Amino acid sequence: MIEVKNLVKRYGDKKAVNNISFKVEKGEILGFLGPNGAGKSTTMNMLTGYISSTSGQILINGTDILEDPKKAKSNIGYLPEIPPLYVDMTVDGYLNFVYDLKKCKLPRKAHLKDVCDLCKISDVRNRLIKNLSKGYKQRVGLAQALVNNPPVLILDEPTVGLDPKQIIEIRTLIKKLGKRHTVILSSHILPEIQAVCDRIIIINKGVVAADGTADEIANSLTNEHKMTLRIEGPTHTISDKALITDAIRAINGVKYVRADMEREKGIYDFDVETDGKTDVRRAINALCSEKGWNILMLQLSDLTLEDIFMKITTGEQYEGAINASSEMKPRINIVLDSGETTNSDNDNAGSELDDNGGVQ
Amino acid sequence: MGAIYRREMGAFFTSGVAYVFLAVFYVFSGYYFYNDVIQSGFTDASPLFKNMFRIVLFLIPILTMRLLSEEKKNRTDQGLLTAPIGLSEIVVGKYLAALTIYIIAESIIFVYAIILGYLGDVVWATLLGNYFAMLLLGAAFIAVGLFISSLTENQMTAAVFSMAVLFVCYLSSSFTDKIETKWLNDLVKELSFYDRYIEFTQGIFNLTSVLFYISAAFLFNFFTVRVLEKRRWS
Repeated sequence: MIEVKNLVKRYGDKKAVNNISFKVEKGEILGFLGPNGAGKSTTMNMLTGYISSTSGQILINGTDILEDPKKAKSNIGYLPEIPPLYVDMTVDGYLNFVYDLKKCKLPRKAHLKDVCDLCKISDVRNRLIKNLSKGYKQRVGLAQALVNNPPVLILDEPTVGLDPKQIIEIRTLIKKLGKRHTVILSSHILPEIQAVCDRIIIINKGVVAADGTADEIANSLTNEHKMTLRIEGPTHTISDKALITDAIRAINGVKYVRADMEREKGIYDFDVETDGKTDVRRAINALCSEKGWNILMLQLSDLTLEDIFMKITTGEQYEGAINASSEMKPRINIVLDSGETTNSDNDNAGSELDDNGGVQ
Repeated sequence: MGAIYRREMGAFFTSGVAYVFLAVFYVFSGYYFYNDVIQSGFTDASPLFKNMFRIVLFLIPILTMRLLSEEKKNRTDQGLLTAPIGLSEIVVGKYLAALTIYIIAESIIFVYAIILGYLGDVVWATLLGNYFAMLLLGAAFIAVGLFISSLTENQMTAAVFSMAVLFVCYLSSSFTDKIETKWLNDLVKELSFYDRYIEFTQGIFNLTSVLFYISAAFLFNFFTVRVLEKRRWS
């Protein structure tokens, strides 16, 4: 659906986007993740034809955006970082303008009604855009992108500045849209990307730093596979500890087991480390059901997206590539960060994450 | 193009720019109509047209100042430039909207003609010639204003700069006597918006002048498209 080949955007001497390539299949929800200034918006602006690339190629539905911009653009709905709203118009007037602007052929009344219903702005259709709240404005921006039902939706930080309830609503909406459209979504909010996207591309300093699902990226970054188990033993006494530890240790593929603290009365947590090749979860489940023990919790303590993000964007060196997905062969390619990042940059990136976490 | 045109027309009225433009235009044209035409005792409206040059000079930048500067400032240009339409459609749509308001303003002349009709015989050929000249002048000046609006994000900068440029167009003919280099003198004379306009008000219909104004309008609209195009690449 979207194919990007060796995309470069140069501003003077500075390369804002440096040789980015990726492919998005039909019906995929792709998340662009990266710190501020990483090149997310620049890439999106190039994908939508707002700015031109210095070199490289962008194919939207097989059409080159520079060769036949009108055709390529008619396939795209774009919500820029700041929604392009004319605040002196009513919602209805504005959407009608967009309808005409996009030379939409769908039945006007019914189509606009559908779009408004989908974005939940039907109740404000006759109000001036300048009088709407930020959340409504964002939704009008999304509605604008949806006019003419474009197969590709490109959304640049769609949830910025919204309250938590609105964020959840927009996310739900995007997920819904992902069933009918191919969606590219950018954000620097990690849980958002994790909640909504099928696949993630991490962009850092203008290059693709990682590409794959959250789990794939996490797996490629770590050799350790740990999990935490909470198992209810037979006796509810300290003797359970040794009994369960020994039983788990006997499972094939388990490297190390350690009984942890008593989390609930008479119930203990166990830290289990595996060799990374064998998935021992089923074996543990079988063991417990055979013995009549209850698993109250099983948590993989693999890298979270946040860890990955920090690891990649703060210049921690990592080398490695795995074949994760079947349809697109070596999709995972972790690019070595050149380590130019200064410590102060890292600190900034860190605090930003905290801020966003706070918003969540 | 139709969408852009309709939106701009709406925006002219919701923002009040159209009302200000029309009101000021009518006040001054009314003043000159009374003072230079009615008082003179002749039905020739040429003095009115002659004087309106100076008013048009200051009013057109009001009409064009926000056309493209505001889009850039509010980032609404992202919506336009990512829509499946060409840059020229955007520019021409906006241009025609401004021209329409200008024509609405200018057409007050026909009201004056009716008044003159009660007082004496209207020479329609001169009147229409003048009307046409003023239309050409506006067409060229609006293109200049629109072009300047594309260069900046600030409406006031666009307005002041446009006024300055148009004022130079007005003054240029007055300092031709002082230019001694012959070719430069000729050039300034040839490019004088004012001299060519005055010629019309004297009842001379010069086809080169018609082409001059039309070319100026085309050229500046083309420049505007180029500015938008270049912004993409830089």
